[in-house]
Amino acid sequence: MEKNTDLTALLAKIAPQGEVVQGNQFPELTISAGQLFEIAEKLKNCKEVPFDFLMDLTAIDFETKFTVVYHLESTKTHDVVVLRTDLPDRNHAEVETVSGLWPAAEFMEREVFDLFGIRFKNHHDLRRLFMEDDYGHPLRKDFKDDINLIEYPN
Amino acid sequence: MSKDVVTNIILRDDEDYIINMGPQHPSTHGVLRLEVCLNGETVKYVVPHIGYIHRGIEKMCEYDTYKQIIHLTDRMDYLSAHMNNEAVSLLVENALGIEVPERVKYIRAALNELNRIASHHLWWSAFGMDLGALTTFFYGLRDREKILDIFDESFGSRLLHSFVTPGGLMHDVHPNFRKNILEFVKYFRKKLPEYKKLLTDNIIFQNRTKGIGVMSKETAIAFGVTGPSGRGSGFSCDVRKIAPYGIYDQLEFNEVLYSNGDSFDRYMVRMDEMVESMNLLEQIVDKMPEGTEFTAKMKPIVKLPEGEYFQRVETARGELDVFVVSDGKKHPYRMRFRSPNFSNMFTLNILGRGLKIADLVAISGSLDLVIPDIDR
Amino acid sequence: MEERSVEMGVKIKSMKNEDFKDNQTLEDLKELGDSVFLTTMKDLLKWGRSNSIWPLTFATSCCGIEMMAAGAPRFDFARFGVEVYRATPRQADVIVVAGTIVRKMVPVLKRLYDQMAEPKYVIAMGACAVSGGPFMYNTYSVVRGVDHVIPVDVYIPGCPPRPEALLYGIMQLQRKIKAEAPALKTSEKNNKK
Repeated sequence: MEKNTDLTALLAKIAPQGEVVQGNQFPELTISAGQLFEIAEKLKNCKEVPFDFLMDLTAIDFETKFTVVYHLESTKTHDVVVLRTDLPDRNHAEVETVSGLWPAAEFMEREVFDLFGIRFKNHHDLRRLFMEDDYGHPLRKDFKDDINLIEYPN
Repeated sequence: MSKDVVTNIILRDDEDYIINMGPQHPSTHGVLRLEVCLNGETVKYVVPHIGYIHRGIEKMCEYDTYKQIIHLTDRMDYLSAHMNNEAVSLLVENALGIEVPERVKYIRAALNELNRIASHHLWWSAFGMDLGALTTFFYGLRDREKILDIFDESFGSRLLHSFVTPGGLMHDVHPNFRKNILEFVKYFRKKLPEYKKLLTDNIIFQNRTKGIGVMSKETAIAFGVTGPSGRGSGFSCDVRKIAPYGIYDQLEFNEVLYSNGDSFDRYMVRMDEMVESMNLLEQIVDKMPEGTEFTAKMKPIVKLPEGEYFQRVETARGELDVFVVSDGKKHPYRMRFRSPNFSNMFTLNILGRGLKIADLVAISGSLDLVIPDIDR
Repeated sequence: MEERSVEMGVKIKSMKNEDFKDNQTLEDLKELGDSVFLTTMKDLLKWGRSNSIWPLTFATSCCGIEMMAAGAPRFDFARFGVEVYRATPRQADVIVVAGTIVRKMVPVLKRLYDQMAEPKYVIAMGACAVSGGPFMYNTYSVVRGVDHVIPVDVYIPGCPPRPEALLYGIMQLQRKIKAEAPALKTSEKNNKK
């Protein structure tokens, strides 16, 4: 448990405006969308625990807002941290891209754009990945496709 | 078809042209479309197009209970199906605080290692076949049938078993399970030097893979390349060592690391991993407790408490992460699979520049891609 | 080669006529009739066509592994005449659709089918190609069955079907080829029924 309390203190020092919570397994840091890039940069360049490996980048659709979730790992100490931002505007959801810091994020962000409709600012090639260009955004909770999506009759 | 306009390929030279290694191609191992910009035979730029097998598994998981999701995870990366099942099972068990019996943990580890050897067999067969050595196809698949016989006897099916479920296993394994594993290990240890003589020591193969597609350790970390492809560049990323699950913290094995980062090193990592898996299998069979219990007590429909859960496992191709957001009901609210092949594949552009088009085939073979895992 | 006698019905080496009772399509195809003068030549053509079916490499997902295993040493369908896999549709006789077909893949599949030369056949292998399989409900992108796109001759169920099931499917296709009159093109064959 000692490693985790050090991590929560470290996160509180890096991002004083965000809130730090100890989740089920990893410490979670929730910040606002405007500060995302600078906090992510500080986390990557942190001296004691550099978070240089982006494990996962995904989005969750709560009915009233979107949440973009980043799982970061440090290859030096094998610590894992969760970074979250909330996007309250569902129709014009926009957040800064982190593909300049972690090139792995480039394609994960394209997938999030394809399936949810969240745009990433300053992404150099934001195109759809899986679906056709004029299709809706399938993983949203209010997505309706009466022709193709057959629901199991329950 | 979607009108993808690739805006960042600029034809500078008179001799540049763009060809399509289309969705149907014998050596892309699935439906992957590579748009390759060539100058003569030298590759200038590679743009991968995916989505030709996107089945929407993440959306389907929102309508299924956790035991039904096991049947869907089988079909994602079908060559390491047990590891996919185990990821979801471990997540549910850790969330509910259920402890499975010791014997189940040993059987799950044995199935993991058998699946890893079978997957590397198929990779070796296909890799040799892509480079023109058709004999490897027959040797590799002949020996893989012995493992599939073990699966067939215990589970009833060769490829997609859906055997590892939340709570334990679906039913008990066949009484001959341990004897068959030891027989297979004895048989395969004699056959592995044949593989070495056939392909590894072959001067043509070495010329086609040494120095091709060099990936530095920083590139591997930056792009999130895990598994044997990352370990060939010196990136120590084996989840069985970093965050051990199941019984792996009580077993002794080495993590195989090579440092050059070219296709030959990625090849050697997998060949050495087969030997490590065989050592692990012998340890597991030795230490497995007797008995017939195969599951902990668990209801068929489980409801995870509200919150978010995360589980990492090591499949034959890299690190698979499962992320579940639950709102207390019997279906997950959001289920996300971070697949290893997704990150591995998008390095093709970086690795392939300046090489010939035949080298592109060698690189994609050494990265060991399974396309349905990319598209899910 | 055994002698064929068209008047008594279709007679195929090592299969008795009574064993075809459950195969209505074959009984229908017998009605097409042959002229007596060209019978031996047609039999030769039918025998040649059915015993050397060369498939196209088209494996989308998991069933592709069982198709490769059917070509491997243990099950070996080269002894059935399926000697090599052709990578180009211009040289292939049959397309074995093994795996799920997604909406984005449909134009590609149709183009491959159109590029094949007559006579051509289609085998739908696996539950996904037959009817959508495990991806029937709750998904937005899967085509429920490949017969929405191209006409299918043989359906092989299973998820994935064992290699022995694929071999049986190829044997059924061989019987079907032997039973039909070789002068018909594939497009006419589908309209005749």
